[in-house]
Amino acid sequence: MGSGETMLVAMTVNGKAVSRDVDPRTLLVQFLRDNLRLTGTHVGCDTSQCGACVVHIDGNAVKSCTILAVACESSAVTTIEGLAAGGTLHPMQEAFREHHGLQCGFCTPGMIMTAVDMVNRRGPDLDEHTIREDLEGNICRCTGYHNIVKAVAAGAQAMGETAFKQAAE
Amino acid sequence: MYAFTYQRPTSLDDAMAMLGDGDAKLLAGGHTLLPTMKQRLAAPSALIDLGALRDQLSGVTEEAGGVTIGAMTRHGEVAEDPIVKRVIPALAAMASVVGDPAVRSRGTMGGSVANNDPAADYPAACLALGATIRTTKRQIAAADYFTGLFETALEAGEIITAIHFPKPEKAGYEKFRNPASRYAMVGVFVAKTAEGVRVTVTGAGANGVFRAQDFEQALAANFSADAIKAVKMSPDGLNSDIHADAVYRAHLIGVMARRALDKANI
Ligand SMILES: Cc1cc2nc3c(=O)[nH]c(=O)nc-3n(C[C@H](O)[C@H](O)[C@H](O)COP(=O)(O)OP(=O)(O)OC[C@H]3O[C@@H](n4cnc5c(N)ncnc54)[C@H](O)[C@@H]3O)c2cc1C
Ligand code: FES
Ligand code: FES
Repeated sequence: MGSGETMLVAMTVNGKAVSRDVDPRTLLVQFLRDNLRLTGTHVGCDTSQCGACVVHIDGNAVKSCTILAVACESSAVTTIEGLAAGGTLHPMQEAFREHHGLQCGFCTPGMIMTAVDMVNRRGPDLDEHTIREDLEGNICRCTGYHNIVKAVAAGAQAMGETAFKQAAE
Repeated sequence: MYAFTYQRPTSLDDAMAMLGDGDAKLLAGGHTLLPTMKQRLAAPSALIDLGALRDQLSGVTEEAGGVTIGAMTRHGEVAEDPIVKRVIPALAAMASVVGDPAVRSRGTMGGSVANNDPAADYPAACLALGATIRTTKRQIAAADYFTGLFETALEAGEIITAIHFPKPEKAGYEKFRNPASRYAMVGVFVAKTAEGVRVTVTGAGANGVFRAQDFEQALAANFSADAIKAVKMSPDGLNSDIHADAVYRAHLIGVMARRALDKANI
C-alpha cells in the first residue's frame, strides 16, 4: 500500500459494528466525529493535554486525538453518546447536571468518560484528593473544577448504588 | 501530519524486515510519536504498529530476584502490577506519576525508553537501578544506553523487547512536575544497589539523564536525607528555560533527592 491510499478499518462503536475506508493518518477522534458523525467527543488541543477527546477503548479511558483509527481495528469503543441507556442519563451524566459540573460544556464529555473510568478502576468511594489527581489530564477553562469534583464524587456513589441494585435483582 | 503507510506486523521478524524500509518508524503507544507527527516534527514514511505484538511483548515476570518487563507494557500496568509493587515498589510508584491516567493507559515503557526524552521518568529509573535493555539484537546496560538528548545506543532496525531491573536494597523516586506539561522539571531516583548507591536526575541535565555523583559519595556511608543536607548541587550543565533556570533546578535536585530518600527509607 502506498502513501495517500486508504485502508479499511472495522471496530465496534457504542455497541454497533462499523467499518470505513480511511486515510491511515485519520485519528480516532476524526473517525468518530467526521466519519461517524459522533460529535460529542471534542478536540480542545493539539498537544494531547486537555482530555476533551477522552473515550473508552476496550474499557480503558484514552485520548482519541492521540490514537490512529486504523490502530483500533477490532476494538470496542465507547463514546459519550454510548453512555445513556435509552432516554435515561448515565448516573455520572446525571450527577454533572445535578451538581452544576459544567458551564460551557466543552470539556464535559471528556470529564465524564474519565470519571466513569475512575470509578471502574477504583470503585465508588472516591475522596477529593484522588479525584483531583485523576483529573490531571482533563482541563476545564470555566468551572474552576470545584463542582466537577463534587459531581464526580456523587456520580461515583450513584454508580455504586446502581451496581448494587443490579446485583440484588 | 504527513502521509505514511501503516503496517501491523504479527511477528518480530516481520517488524524488523518492515523497519528496514526507508524511514519507517515503530509505533507503540503513539503518545510521543503521534503528537510529534501532528506538529510535523517527524515525518516517517511508514509506521510499523507493534499493537498486534502486545501479547508477546508485554507483561511482568520475576527473574533473578528482580523484574523483567515487556517493552509494550503500559505505564498504568507497571504502576498496578503486583510483582513490580512487591519487588521494586519505587518503580511502580514512578510509573504511577507518568503523565495522566489516559496517557498511562496507552503509553509504553519501551516507547519511553526508546525515545529518551530528557524530561521522561523511565530513564532515571533504568540508570539508577542498573537495568538491562533487551533488544532484538543484544542486551545493553543502562549505563551504556542513554547517550544524550533523545539519543540512545539503539541501532537502526533494533527493537526493544524487554527491560530487566535488578532488585535494589532500597529505592525511591520524586519528581517536581512542570506545571504545564507534567513531565519532570526535575526528577530524582535514588537507589541502594549491589553496585553501590545511585542518584540519577532527569528533567534537568542539558544532556539528558545523569548521575549526581557528589550525592552518591555522600550517601555511600549513610543512605539518608540527612547525609546530603550539606551537599550543594552545581548548576553547571543544567538547563535554563522559561520554567526554571539552572540555579533553581540545582536547588530542586537537592530537595527532590532528599524526598526520594525519605520515601526509600520508609
Ligand atoms: C500529555 C502527555 C504527558 C506525558 N507526561 C509524561 C511524563 O510525565 N513522564 C514521561 O516519562 N513521559 C510522559 N509522556 C510520554 C509518554 O510516557 C509516552 O507514552 C512515552 O514517552 C512514549 O511511549 P509510547 O509507547 O507512547 O511510544 P511511541 O510514541 O509509540 O514511540 C516513541 C518512540 O519510540 C520508538 N519505539 C516505540 N517502541 C519501541 C520499541 N519497543 N523498540 C524500539 N523503539 C520503539 C518509536 O519508534 C518512537 O520513535 C507524556 C505524554 C503525553 C501525551
Ligand atoms: S484533544 Fe485530545 S487531549 Fe486535547
Ligand atoms: S465547562 Fe467550559 S471548559 Fe469545562
